[in-house]
Amino acid sequence: MIPELGHFALILALCVALAQGVLPVVGAWRNDAALMSVAKPAARLQFLLVAFAFGCLAYAFVTSDFSVQNVAQHSNSRLPVYYRFAATWGSHEGSLLLWMLMLSGWACAVTLFSRNLPRSVIARVLAVMGLIGVGFLAFLLFTSNPFARLTPAAPEGDDLNPLLQDPGMVIHPPMLYMGYVGFSVAFAFAIAALMAGRLDAVWARWSRPWTTIAWCFLTIGIALGSAWAYYTLGWGGWWFWDPVENASFLPWLTGTALIHSLAVTEKRGTFKSWTVLLAIVAFSLSLLGTFLVRSGVLTSVHAFASDPARGVFILMFLAIVVGGSLTLYAARARAVGGGASFGPISRESFLLANNILLVVAMASVLLGTLYPLIIDALNAGKISVGPPYFNAVFYPLTAPLVFLMALGPIAAWRNASLPDLWTRLKWALGVAVVTALLLPIALGRWSPLVAFGMFLALWVFVATVVTLVQRLRSAHHGTLMAKLRANSASWYGMLIAHVGIAVFIVGVTLVKGYEVERDLKMDVGQSVDVAGDTFTFRGTTPADGPNYSAEIGAFELSRNGKLLRTLKPEKRTYLVSGQPGTWAAIDTGLFGDRYISLGEPVTDAGAKGAWSVRIYVKPFVDWIWAGCFLMALGGFIAVADRRYRLAPKRKSAPAPVAVPSAAD
Amino acid sequence: MKVLRYLVPLAVFGVIVAFLAVGLNRDPREVPSPLIGKPAPVFQLAQLHAPDKKLGNADLRGQVWLLNVWASWCVSCRTEHPLLLELARAQVVPVVGLDYKDQPADGRKWLASNGDPYSVSIVDLDGRVGIDWGVYGVPETFVVDKQGIIRYKQIGPITAEALNDKILPLVRELQKS
Repeated sequence: MIPELGHFALILALCVALAQGVLPVVGAWRNDAALMSVAKPAARLQFLLVAFAFGCLAYAFVTSDFSVQNVAQHSNSRLPVYYRFAATWGSHEGSLLLWMLMLSGWACAVTLFSRNLPRSVIARVLAVMGLIGVGFLAFLLFTSNPFARLTPAAPEGDDLNPLLQDPGMVIHPPMLYMGYVGFSVAFAFAIAALMAGRLDAVWARWSRPWTTIAWCFLTIGIALGSAWAYYTLGWGGWWFWDPVENASFLPWLTGTALIHSLAVTEKRGTFKSWTVLLAIVAFSLSLLGTFLVRSGVLTSVHAFASDPARGVFILMFLAIVVGGSLTLYAARARAVGGGASFGPISRESFLLANNILLVVAMASVLLGTLYPLIIDALNAGKISVGPPYFNAVFYPLTAPLVFLMALGPIAAWRNASLPDLWTRLKWALGVAVVTALLLPIALGRWSPLVAFGMFLALWVFVATVVTLVQRLRSAHHGTLMAKLRANSASWYGMLIAHVGIAVFIVGVTLVKGYEVERDLKMDVGQSVDVAGDTFTFRGTTPADGPNYSAEIGAFELSRNGKLLRTLKPEKRTYLVSGQPGTWAAIDTGLFGDRYISLGEPVTDAGAKGAWSVRIYVKPFVDWIWAGCFLMALGGFIAVADRRYRLAPKRKSAPAPVAVPSAAD
Repeated sequence: MKVLRYLVPLAVFGVIVAFLAVGLNRDPREVPSPLIGKPAPVFQLAQLHAPDKKLGNADLRGQVWLLNVWASWCVSCRTEHPLLLELARAQVVPVVGLDYKDQPADGRKWLASNGDPYSVSIVDLDGRVGIDWGVYGVPETFVVDKQGIIRYKQIGPITAEALNDKILPLVRELQKS
């Protein structure tokens, strides 16, 4: 009964989404207040209906209702309850429902935080989001019904993929989807602005906080996915350039460009048509990512059941949404006009360079991701594009990006002078160069790549500090607190996010430069020295979990003869699927991780209890994720800025429709 | 010229969609199994319904046959089961069922309640034969010719398209030769 209620709620949600997608646009076009006022209650009702449907599916999972096919295929009664709940989005159907929940949630949030927006803007924005909802709800209902029954009911479920039975996997998809789907708000604002033919600083100010928040969630989502891969796949990698990882990275790169170009549009009124294009592209890439993951056109570790009918549906949806918006863009962007002019050395030109580099980097990742498909479509064979391509293309593009990142915040708008920048930053440059040259020697081995990576990180960090110090010094009056308060939250957010990049680069550089990876066979009692630490294998003991049996290894980690701790990696066998699971044991530290994972037991004659073992020493690896979280933190702080909560100034705002609303 | 500039994103998108549309009709996982064109791995297994009798490659030589890997615990097997039953009714080609990593009692019960499309079922209790055949998911289906050579492998459930467009035409062709 409950699954049928959920199914019914989805059908109702589709009807509501249709009303939300059509009526307000007609209202905005005919300036009909009654039709426009449909948008808000419709968006809220749609959210309630989708949330109800989601609750029904979660209930079916938590109560192990194996008469629902989706539950029977992706859960098991012996699964702990939190994983039964998380299994709700472990399947294709469930994750689409999560996507839809996020979309309607974002639309509902727009209704709550848009008091100051003119009614016609809200009407158009919510209508665009409603139409996207129509597409996804139809996709769910017609090709991927999460509530489909299984007759006769299965006595027991197939179990959730063991790789997904992990706390990181419980929160990674919701975070990632918050980001992906969050770009729909920026997209809806862009389309609404194109429809109205009004693209101005006010539009940019409305879009900015939504874009930044979505970007923050996407950053966290990607970082969590990367950390998860690091500790559950058992071989210590943190990024694989897998098509699905790329699918999340493409909107991230575009979203990063969009955040910066929105800043220019808001402050200076330039880059308008470019900004609106980025907003369209960022969400289009989210949709493209969905297509790539769901249609099975590319092979990936993130295998969802692929079905040609689904692929055709999403491709058509993609063609309509993206094709339609780009057509609208082509028709309207010309009329947008340019903004204030700026000199070749100015904050605008640095941000323009930032945008170009980010978009070119995005395009090169997109090309690498689609290349196997293009080659196959041209009948030129089957190939795969791996990390060598992405590393060769991506690093050279991001190095100048990072170099310029230090200059942007300190350069003046409109016209900056090189001699002035040189005076302000020469010490920062000197400190960065000298430290970067000496640091690798201190770390044990000089290498040009490590020196270069450390230079970029130090350069960004020191220049950011200099930016802060000079801003505080230039304010003449008041205490330090007063001076600190004089700057906006979004400015501090930007500084923190930039420091996050520096921290991230330190992690990447030092892991690449100094990691030690040893694959070896260890007998019980045997010791091995890796990078100054001694690892002693004390054998394995069997243990049983709720839905798996495991062999738990014991490794003593000692330094200079002193025992530091015992690490306990696990090799699990999940009972239902028979699949193995590798749980690495990691000794995490500020300056690096010691990482052990169990391979297979060695069954040669004479080897008693011996195992193949992987021991990795990963210097500064956690800085990679710390950097990502700093970036996201910076974003959240920027969104807290007071000016986003103030009503737009009368003179720059479009004339509001003079009808009081009962809803507010 | 200025108008054209704003059409560039649309044009780029059009090219991408065209490639995606072609890509939809290709299967990137369609990496040919290394066993295709090779003699079927040797096996000799107990029959599900007559545990004291065995079945091996030699018993099947001289005819075209299918090997369908299934199990009572496999939910996706239910998807393809109606197609297999239809195939059995049509009596085009004998289907040997390989009950993979399954308790024989469970397997018999499952066939009794869902219908038995197999001319004979054999039991691969520890999955060893499955390893020889390169099975990495259930269900999988192999087409074996009269000389005992594997001609085709279907990974995952048999679909109506796969059956009508690939498996049946191939079986008819092999039966003629």
